[in-house]
Amino acid sequence: MKDLKEPRLENSVSDSPIMKPDRPVGIVGYGTYIPMYRLPSTEIARVWSGGGRGPIKEKAVAGLDEDTVTIAIEAARNAVSRAGIEACELRAIWVGSESPPYAVKPSSTLVAEALGATPYLLAADIEFACKAGSEALQSAMGIVGSGMGDYAMAIGADTAQGRPGDVLEYTAASGGTAFIVGPAERAIATCLGSLSYATDTPDFWRRAHQHYPSHGGRFTGEPAYFHHIQSSATALMEGLGMAASDFQYAVLHQPNVKFPARVAKRLGFTQSQIEAGLLSNLIGNTYAGAALTGFSAVLDIAKPGDRILLVSFGSGAGSDAFAWEITGQIDARRDKAPKVQDYINRRQEIDYAIYTRYRGKLMMS
Amino acid sequence: MRDVAIIGTGEIPVDEHWTTGIRHLMLEAGLSAMRDANIESVDALYVGNMLSGEIVGQSHLGALAVDFMGLDNAEAFKVEAACASGSAALRVGTMAVASGLLDLVLVLGVEKMTDTSGQETSAALAGAADAEYEVSQGISFVALNALLMQRYMYDYGWKREDFANFAITAHANGANNPFAMFQRPISAEMYARSPIIATPVGLMDASPICDGAAAVVLAPAEFARALSPAPVKIKASAVGMAPLAVHDRKDPLALEAARISSRKAYAQAGIKPEDLDFFELHDAFTIMAALSLEAAGFAERGKGVQLALDNEISLKGRVPMATMGGLKARGHPVGATGIYQVVEAVMQLRGLAGANQIPGARLGMTQNIGGSGATVITHIFEAMS
Amino acid sequence: MTTKVADDWRLRGQRYRLEGERCEHCGEMIFPPRDICPACKKPTKTTHTLSGRGEVYTYSTVLSAPQGFEVYAPYTVAIIKLEEGPMITAQLTDVASADIEIGMPVEMVTRRIRTQGDDGPITYGYKFRPVFLGQGAE
Repeated sequence: MKDLKEPRLENSVSDSPIMKPDRPVGIVGYGTYIPMYRLPSTEIARVWSGGGRGPIKEKAVAGLDEDTVTIAIEAARNAVSRAGIEACELRAIWVGSESPPYAVKPSSTLVAEALGATPYLLAADIEFACKAGSEALQSAMGIVGSGMGDYAMAIGADTAQGRPGDVLEYTAASGGTAFIVGPAERAIATCLGSLSYATDTPDFWRRAHQHYPSHGGRFTGEPAYFHHIQSSATALMEGLGMAASDFQYAVLHQPNVKFPARVAKRLGFTQSQIEAGLLSNLIGNTYAGAALTGFSAVLDIAKPGDRILLVSFGSGAGSDAFAWEITGQIDARRDKAPKVQDYINRRQEIDYAIYTRYRGKLMMS
Repeated sequence: MRDVAIIGTGEIPVDEHWTTGIRHLMLEAGLSAMRDANIESVDALYVGNMLSGEIVGQSHLGALAVDFMGLDNAEAFKVEAACASGSAALRVGTMAVASGLLDLVLVLGVEKMTDTSGQETSAALAGAADAEYEVSQGISFVALNALLMQRYMYDYGWKREDFANFAITAHANGANNPFAMFQRPISAEMYARSPIIATPVGLMDASPICDGAAAVVLAPAEFARALSPAPVKIKASAVGMAPLAVHDRKDPLALEAARISSRKAYAQAGIKPEDLDFFELHDAFTIMAALSLEAAGFAERGKGVQLALDNEISLKGRVPMATMGGLKARGHPVGATGIYQVVEAVMQLRGLAGANQIPGARLGMTQNIGGSGATVITHIFEAMS
Repeated sequence: MTTKVADDWRLRGQRYRLEGERCEHCGEMIFPPRDICPACKKPTKTTHTLSGRGEVYTYSTVLSAPQGFEVYAPYTVAIIKLEEGPMITAQLTDVASADIEIGMPVEMVTRRIRTQGDDGPITYGYKFRPVFLGQGAE
């Protein structure tokens, strides 16, 4: 296990693993949506542990008429409002999720239709556990960076489910964030560089036709979460010749509160650098939406010139790392849609009984 | 054009007819009307019905009716205008006789609503509304009326309890009608305690789901006295229309189709509202009773409820309504309702209404509403004897 | 089971984006599209997407739901007067029925409307919620 804590670039060749687009790209619009219902951890503990507290304060729960698509649509509308573009200018919409409403039938086409982005676009769904959203972001940067299109949308959204009584039930939450990637000259945050890191590491999975995911217990920690995040973040910073101190903010995948705090420390980040983007205590783990929503919360407050490190993690396993720099265009655009904090404040507490109804855990037939 | 008269009526009790299918509901009511008219054949049979296809799985109701009633030489088809189907069939029959095309026409109204679950029947009834823009949103027929009642209470300051007398009056009258579904009076307390179905509409604001059939025989008025001891003349037959969806009406509480239909009917009959001895209105919901009284000219806008509070709608009041129980207590087998109203009006005009008889009744009006008010059909009747 | 898909699909512009019409003769805003202006009765074909902002004209909380909507009961239906003029029937969401008032400002969101069983299609469409930070759907 010791080696895993000291990540090094496996199979490294002389070329840098940093992904370089042909033209500079950045985020031109962003938007988040978080459902209003909150299930406190104490409720789950009351039902399954005879009381006590859980790993976080509470998690966001989708209502009866919400799912990954409706979450993605509102996040996407917020992103379009901020970008100030017409939806039909989008050449691609990627929806990253592990909880799409259909097993077969794209969510992205529905989002595209709701935005009015149809029909001339590439619409696709991406699955890579919790990093499906950042995977979509890399892909969108590829479209814009290659010049195939001027604007592409990446969404990470989930209505994550944990098996009743399982430790994951405390955190598996609903929410999502959308980004519109565009040319750097129109960006509110330009991309300084990005990198993706993937291995076959079966720490968490859901077999076909199963309601709930399964996981490898403590195996999800060091060999999975920590190894992949540390590897990608270290490689990106090394490749860019940057250190933790060069960033005002770091946003890390946040399955809970402890993991991101621990990995941040190992990477040399202080608590004050990760605080703004660490939301899991208040909304839980929104899976494909988690790291992206943390990034969205940072964009809500960052100042021009600030640099942000964004590192996702997806079980299975992989990690995408991005370095961003805020531009002067942010101030004119961030108030054009509700902020992450607004959604966090829009809060209706529910109990475990209502939660089981809202999340389809009652047998109706 | 010829004047048209009703020379016979028939009805079966409104009830949950578990042992009787739709064809025998039609048969019993139709043959009863023909017996009353003392005839054995007709030129045509028009059957008013809304839901035979949805609930019974039986379309082509006209062919079924003449087949089972043995009316070999009669033409027949179904007329559909949601809850106004019965009156629509009467209007078709009236036009056929008035024009001189046909002489003897049997008009039937029938509905079989209990062969499906309550939820399936509710879903079928919702078809009276706009399927793509109302029903698709989870609107039930009750909810449409609830939307109107809520806005009415807001605009005019009424409370839910203020509507109680519509239901109480209907039940008091239904208690003396052996053909009524509910033959027991209700109290203000029972109204207040009844469960809410869609706020602010409670069970006691709403008419019941039930089965029924009623029929009338039409003939040219010039021959009517020869055929019947107590014929009743159709003095007016008028239809008013409004947009199908409530949200598409400029002023949803105006019940514009009822206003148009009533105005046309008064003009045809050459009368004013106050000349009428009674008004069989479409009290499918208490709010509809209030809006109908206003649209037909018996009350100012927002004051329909006041007539109920003042007891002006009772048998002894200024505007007796639901004289045999109305939709609320007699029951509302939707496609049959328009014909039940006419059968009861004829009963009053013939002086056969028993304990509920309005003394000396000569002129009465029925009004049948399709959907939430998109089709409103009004008829005015006058005793010929 | 029978699955109905074509009717929802045909109406996706209205259901997802509130696509209506603006009469080129009299300026009347129309929803849903009719192709005949209800005000001046002339033919109209100009698509106009409505803002999705409006106010509650009336509402009712449905306790006894019709077939297909049972799993959502109780829910609140309303008629919304849109700021452009037309009225629309829709459900209210993300609001407790006790907090609803006639005249309350609302905005459109896209939500699940119903599903046809566990294996049928999911119908999405417009619902309205209390205006959230003054931001409407674009």
